Amino acid sequence: PGRVPGLTAGVIRGADLFGYVGIEAVLDQMRRKTMKAGFEFNIMVVGQSGLGKSTLVNTLFKSKVSRKSCTPNYEEKISKTVKLQSVSHVIEEKGVKMKLTVIDTPGFGDQINNENCWEPIVKYVNEQYEKYLKEELHVNRKRRIPDTRVHCCIYFLPATGHWLRPIDIEFMKRLGKIVSIVPVIAKADTLTIEERLEFKQRIRQDLAANGIRVYPQKEYDEDAEDRIVNDRIRESIPFAVVGTDKEHQVNGNKVLGRKTKWGIIEVENAAHCEFANLRDLLIRSHLQDLKDVTHNIHYETYRVRRLNESNMNFSELELSIRPLENGNGDKSESESHL
Amino acid sequence: MSSLLYRLPSPFPCASGCLPQCITNTWKNLREKEYVGFATLPNQVHRKSVKKGFDFTLMVAGESGLGKSTLVNSLFLTDLHKDRKLLNAEERISQTVEITKHTVDIEEKGVKLKLTIVDTPGFGDAVNNTECWRPITDYIDQQFEQYFRDESGLNRKNIQDNRVHCCLYFIPPFGHGLRPVDIEFMKALQDKVNVVPLISKADCLMPSEIKKLKERLREEIDKYGIKIYQFPDCDSDEDEEFKQQDRELKESTPFAVIGSNTVVEARGQRVRGRLYPWGIVEVENQSHCDFVKLRTMLIRTHMHDLKDITCDCHYENYRAQCIQTMTSKMNADKRVESPIPILPLSTPDVETEKLIKMKDEELRRMQQMLQKMQQQMHEQDL
Repeated sequence: PGRVPGLTAGVIRGADLFGYVGIEAVLDQMRRKTMKAGFEFNIMVVGQSGLGKSTLVNTLFKSKVSRKSCTPNYEEKISKTVKLQSVSHVIEEKGVKMKLTVIDTPGFGDQINNENCWEPIVKYVNEQYEKYLKEELHVNRKRRIPDTRVHCCIYFLPATGHWLRPIDIEFMKRLGKIVSIVPVIAKADTLTIEERLEFKQRIRQDLAANGIRVYPQKEYDEDAEDRIVNDRIRESIPFAVVGTDKEHQVNGNKVLGRKTKWGIIEVENAAHCEFANLRDLLIRSHLQDLKDVTHNIHYETYRVRRLNESNMNFSELELSIRPLENGNGDKSESESHL
Repeated sequence: MSSLLYRLPSPFPCASGCLPQCITNTWKNLREKEYVGFATLPNQVHRKSVKKGFDFTLMVAGESGLGKSTLVNSLFLTDLHKDRKLLNAEERISQTVEITKHTVDIEEKGVKLKLTIVDTPGFGDAVNNTECWRPITDYIDQQFEQYFRDESGLNRKNIQDNRVHCCLYFIPPFGHGLRPVDIEFMKALQDKVNVVPLISKADCLMPSEIKKLKERLREEIDKYGIKIYQFPDCDSDEDEEFKQQDRELKESTPFAVIGSNTVVEARGQRVRGRLYPWGIVEVENQSHCDFVKLRTMLIRTHMHDLKDITCDCHYENYRAQCIQTMTSKMNADKRVESPIPILPLSTPDVETEKLIKMKDEELRRMQQMLQKMQQQMHEQDL
């Protein structure tokens, strides 16, 4: 009497295949679809003027994608307020297209009084979440919601060799809650290996003491395998990087490097600096994870907070005033859906 | 006549215009025949100074982590900051700029130098650095005031000169030129102390970048009218080598420096340097950085000039300003004009106050006597 015909609630058993079915071809289909659709990746760079942000981004993506390289007559001037500017490029590799957006934050930390210089950045990050939320809540929403949310924020620390500065702590405390921060030690060719290790240790201590969580966050490790990989990363952050776009000849090979009177610093040599580790993390291994964390965790946190805030007042969300087909009936339906 | 001449005391430094012609002629003959000997005066001064020793106060300013302490250690081959503890960021959030002093006595080949290093931890480290140079300018002014009091006092035998003779300002190599805090700091200090800007941690810059940054800094220093310490021009009668050195020195400012606390093995020698995986930076190698130039300028050639300019320019400016404000105040109060103004001490104790009052009374009495004498002379003339 209660049984629905055709529906058996049973235990899911593993089945051994005795022939090739072709399930794995799904992976291929996925690949082809995503390749056609392309990826979007939004990366923000934050740090004082002169820490090599533009150079690093160009080196990471092996093309001139930074704001500096794209603005004609670019002048190195310290701007009086923090103004966020973004530049987008579509880069392609082996048939895979990526729309890369680099968000720059000139003016951060450059003034004498830097109080609240992080506020425009916090505002920007939240605005992108808001945009996405509004799109998502639309009655008629686009198939692929344009994603302008910040997937990763690289924070540049000057290579002082001492501790984190107050401005570093204030920034990372506030933004660590809403975006994935990847701190790096910029222009690290001024630290010897020992100094580098000591500096990193002190930074990690400082981060722990202030409750700052940087990417990859421990709580979001999905399984033991992830944890092993991420633990290794967590033990070596922040990465000490050196960036350049110039090539030199070393032992018959062309390498990216900085040529000084006492030697050539090879950017991609793991013994010299950790640029390769950063690139692998950001691009080769964890790019999709960064996007997932942003979507599943940061964005969801924002969404829950926003929806709870506007529980009483629906109009606060400024839902589009598109005429609903069936009057009140539909409105109550969409309310319950939320 | 001739016997009189031989009884005259020598040396007689007065110009020959004061003496009658016959005497000057004989003097001239004397000079050719006998060596008078006041050409040894520089040696006498030299000997006395060696006995007395020199003192030099050097201030270092700049944000944390720019290698100030390391550079000072390298310059004077000392280890002034052995037990230094680095504050962590929590302790630093509420910290204000401090002034710390370390004094060390160095001796080389019998010449004693009492070196005082004034450090400014906390400068530029906070989130809000508005007027973070105030404690530094206050300190410099305090030293001037102290010297002014001592100089105006009655016992001037053992005046201690704590005035800051030179301020090394560390500009980070990371930027593209002067930052707002750099400009404000140097402008606040340019009239109080000799400011020598340095590019710190220069081992993270390639030669082309150093050149560009130096040009940019020189341009901006000009543009904002910042008065940094200028090397005096060398005399036209110096030899060509010295002139060449001087020219090179002037063209390579601001100096790009590297410091090191460690000795490494390079090219078969033990040198002060930094060991990297890609090479060894030698602090004293002129093609690596300008450390040698800075040391030459600071210690070997221009130390005395720095002290002179501090005494003749900066201190005199302070003194004139001080006297002006005091006299204008006194005119407002309609008190007797005294050349020794009563400066407000920061924390006077009763003893010193009494002493000062006593001395002031003495001076006033002496002044009144002087005035009376002057009046008498005036009446006599009439």
